[in-house]
Amino acid sequence: MSNITTYDEEKLIEEQGFDDHFHDHHHGDKYQSNFVTTYIFSMDHKMIAKQFLITGIFWAFIGAAMSIIFRLQLGFPEENYAWLKPLLGKWITLNSSGVGSLAPEFYYALVTMHGTILVFFVLTAGLSGTFSNLLIPLQVGARDMASPLLNMLSYWFFFLAGVVMFSSLFVSTGPFSGGWTAYPPLSALPQASSGSGAGMTLWLISLVFFVVSVLLGGINYITTVLNLRTKGMTLWRMPLTIWAFLITAVIGLLSFPVLVSGFLLLIFDRSLGTSFYLSEIFIGGQALDYVGGSPVLYQHLFWFLGHPEVYIIILPAMGIVSEVLSVHARKPIFGYKAMVFSILAIAFLSFIVWAHHMFMSGVNPFISNFFVLFTLIIAVPSAVKVFNWIATLYGGNIRFNSAMLFAIGFVSMFISGGLTGIFLGNSTIDIQMHDTYFVVAHFHIVMGVAAFFGMFAGIYHWYPKMFGRFMNEKIGKLHFWGTLIGSYAVFWPMHYIGIAGVPRRYYQFDTFEAFSHFGAMNAFITIAAIVVFALQILFIVNFFYSIWKGKKMTNKNPYGATTLEWTTPIEATHGNWPGKIPTVHRWAYDYSKNDEGADYVSQIQPLKEGEEEH
Amino acid sequence: MTSLIILFCVALLVVVTIQVSKISELASKIRGGEDRYLKENDRTAKGLVVFMVGFLVLTIVSAYYYKNYMLGYGPHESASEHGGSIDFMFNITLIATGIVFVITQVALFWLAYVAREKKGRRALYISHDNKLEMIWTAAPAVVMTFLVVSGLIAWNDIMADVKEGEDYIEIEATGYQFGWEVRYPGPDGLLGKKDFRLISATNSLGQDWSDPKNHDDMKVDEIVLPVGKKVRVRITSKDVLHNFYLPHFRVKMDAVPGMPTYFVFTPSKTTAEYRESLRNYAEYQVPADADDPTGEQLWESFNYELACAELCGSGHYSMRRLVRIVSESEYEDWLSQQTSFYESTIKEEAGDDALEEDITEDADDTMDSE
Repeated sequence: MSNITTYDEEKLIEEQGFDDHFHDHHHGDKYQSNFVTTYIFSMDHKMIAKQFLITGIFWAFIGAAMSIIFRLQLGFPEENYAWLKPLLGKWITLNSSGVGSLAPEFYYALVTMHGTILVFFVLTAGLSGTFSNLLIPLQVGARDMASPLLNMLSYWFFFLAGVVMFSSLFVSTGPFSGGWTAYPPLSALPQASSGSGAGMTLWLISLVFFVVSVLLGGINYITTVLNLRTKGMTLWRMPLTIWAFLITAVIGLLSFPVLVSGFLLLIFDRSLGTSFYLSEIFIGGQALDYVGGSPVLYQHLFWFLGHPEVYIIILPAMGIVSEVLSVHARKPIFGYKAMVFSILAIAFLSFIVWAHHMFMSGVNPFISNFFVLFTLIIAVPSAVKVFNWIATLYGGNIRFNSAMLFAIGFVSMFISGGLTGIFLGNSTIDIQMHDTYFVVAHFHIVMGVAAFFGMFAGIYHWYPKMFGRFMNEKIGKLHFWGTLIGSYAVFWPMHYIGIAGVPRRYYQFDTFEAFSHFGAMNAFITIAAIVVFALQILFIVNFFYSIWKGKKMTNKNPYGATTLEWTTPIEATHGNWPGKIPTVHRWAYDYSKNDEGADYVSQIQPLKEGEEEH
Repeated sequence: MTSLIILFCVALLVVVTIQVSKISELASKIRGGEDRYLKENDRTAKGLVVFMVGFLVLTIVSAYYYKNYMLGYGPHESASEHGGSIDFMFNITLIATGIVFVITQVALFWLAYVAREKKGRRALYISHDNKLEMIWTAAPAVVMTFLVVSGLIAWNDIMADVKEGEDYIEIEATGYQFGWEVRYPGPDGLLGKKDFRLISATNSLGQDWSDPKNHDDMKVDEIVLPVGKKVRVRITSKDVLHNFYLPHFRVKMDAVPGMPTYFVFTPSKTTAEYRESLRNYAEYQVPADADDPTGEQLWESFNYELACAELCGSGHYSMRRLVRIVSESEYEDWLSQQTSFYESTIKEEAGDDALEEDITEDADDTMDSE
């Protein structure tokens, strides 16, 4: 890291900056006056970001632990699980010789909770919530979010959603067990599944709270980006992280309400006896009164959110990765405008591809023609992004620290998982692949592991900004190598299982001759999953240990980055900049532009005479 | 106790890792920063290349190793006529994506390695290249066009319903928690009306006995179909969503309560023929029952299976039915041995002759009766 020299940035901000008289109005920092307002009901975006992150880590741990339990069942179905009885209680059933096994209802509850938690609580709130909060004000040059109060409420609604979801794990009929997509009639009828009783009620309440949280956050992100950019920060000078967060928030704002409407009708069906989704059902020895509804309607409403949701998860990761790759390769991101346009294209297309989840659900096959077309068009902007990331590396001067490694790992995962999407998006192939392990492999790699890699890249990269210290690099690298190899070891073999036709969401495979060939492979996957899980514990330890004991940050711009967050003091208080707000004179990617001196030019540096903007 | 020990070991391991990494970080600081840092950086860059090579070799070797489970390579050839086009689409997509996969993964890790930080080096300032970007926008667009067009041609072909006047067999599969009921139309070739409100202990499908088309309908345990004849499966559900999934025939369709769906396919291989083709593969030349080494081998005991592929509750994994594909004459034999549910059970109980009408009268009614 020899090329880093610091400009006299304070002087620059003092000379060029914009005086908004912020500090005249905030005597004594009313936002952070005592313990409660600083750490709990904080309205400071940086603290809220940390709250989202730490809550996300908590949920990631719970969700991953669940996956380990159901992976044990899949990998070693014959084992004695009586030792889990202290934890799971009645969900471990003992036979006459004292051999314990996991109850199928609870297996399905674990699968359902794993999906719900990871998709919503970890990869939406934990990822987008953390980094949108942390980076939007810092990178656009704002004192805070447009509405710090809504921002605080956004976190606390998320927290409330978490409390409700967590409590659903302890109801006597068990948590909801009908899959994270919650298709009725299974999710609507307590007779159909014990988890569809109180567990489902809590699940629905929790997710409605969650959507409130997402909407409060989203409104704030959009308003802040559009209205609170500092002088000179035009849209085309914004870092790609901000573009990604902005578009993510727009997608969320347009799609989450549709989910709520879908849930509302489901609540009506469950509680008020309406028949939006239910028709001609005979269950539990009894013909029910519902006539005229359609379960397929729910699927349309659900996937109208559900598909954009995967982009809500992956776009922030893409933004983070673009930024991290550029900073540590010491190069401008390749094709900045193409990157922005591909984000916009992906966002637009994400709204007209939802029925590709429903090729085999009984919708008119003719309709599928359009959804195949639009779905496979998404491959084009996605490919452009991948090529641009790779081109960004070309001719760089790369530092392979943990953040950079995870960013590179993200690209590898996104390629591997994205390509299998081309199989599934083609309805012909989907006839065979739908609801098999091929789908499990595809979406875990492309939006599970890849999004996690993006998140890790972001955490390692901006950790100093959050806590004023660095995470341990040695453990970080160990974490990277283990997670990279381990994740592929878990999910790659699932492609083969899926191609062979094995359906997902099976409690065991030996009921069918056709699905019983992969015992050894399933055992291997389980072992790999345990190893990956152990490595994540190492990450968590590193994370918390470094908060207090990590290497201290001595330079406020340790990476030599151009963006505004690195012009704030190491211990940034509320308002981010102690004096004036910096003004912006160039785009965010002037790395290695000059042959002499520092290999980056901060956004706050005015253009030199005769210098052209990129 | 064991779990306590394990917990203790994990905690110990964590402490050790932290201490070791702390010491090594301190040591590297003492031994002089930059050279050491660059060396470490080099090592990591090399690690990425080693990973790339190992990863690609393993993916290709494992794909070859599992080729017998891939569509259309080993014993799992499609047993239906339309299945071939699914397998074909799978394979051309596999080739197209396989090439892109190798090229991009190599480029990613190799370019990263080449561009590792070096003393005194400065990165290139390249912000964009319109020509290059046009090329790599157009190239995937062309490939996608090809895949979309060929995919959709196959799709519309496979999903086409039977045409009027076409010769086909219609059967009905009804999913419930947790199993399938299968109904054959009987000599009139037409399935009778049913109503979920009529379901009772003696009438599990809710067949409407006032509809004469129901009188010859048969309920069977095993799906038996003649080879080479078009089958239209009407798929319904009594309670929640299920999915009628025949992996060997590349057939999959949701069973939706209140909305009958259908899938049309033509079996192309009899069970006996499929067993013969399995016989050539080592993994099927093992005893079907591990406890009985001299008994039937796996290929001999093979049967086509019907499974559920839409989560439907705690017994989702157990909704198995057997499917047997036979020659036309064997099918006729089998069919003649089946008796109508109405004739065998309902008629005597009801003792009501008024329900009996000439079943051929309503034969002009088309296939759907709900």
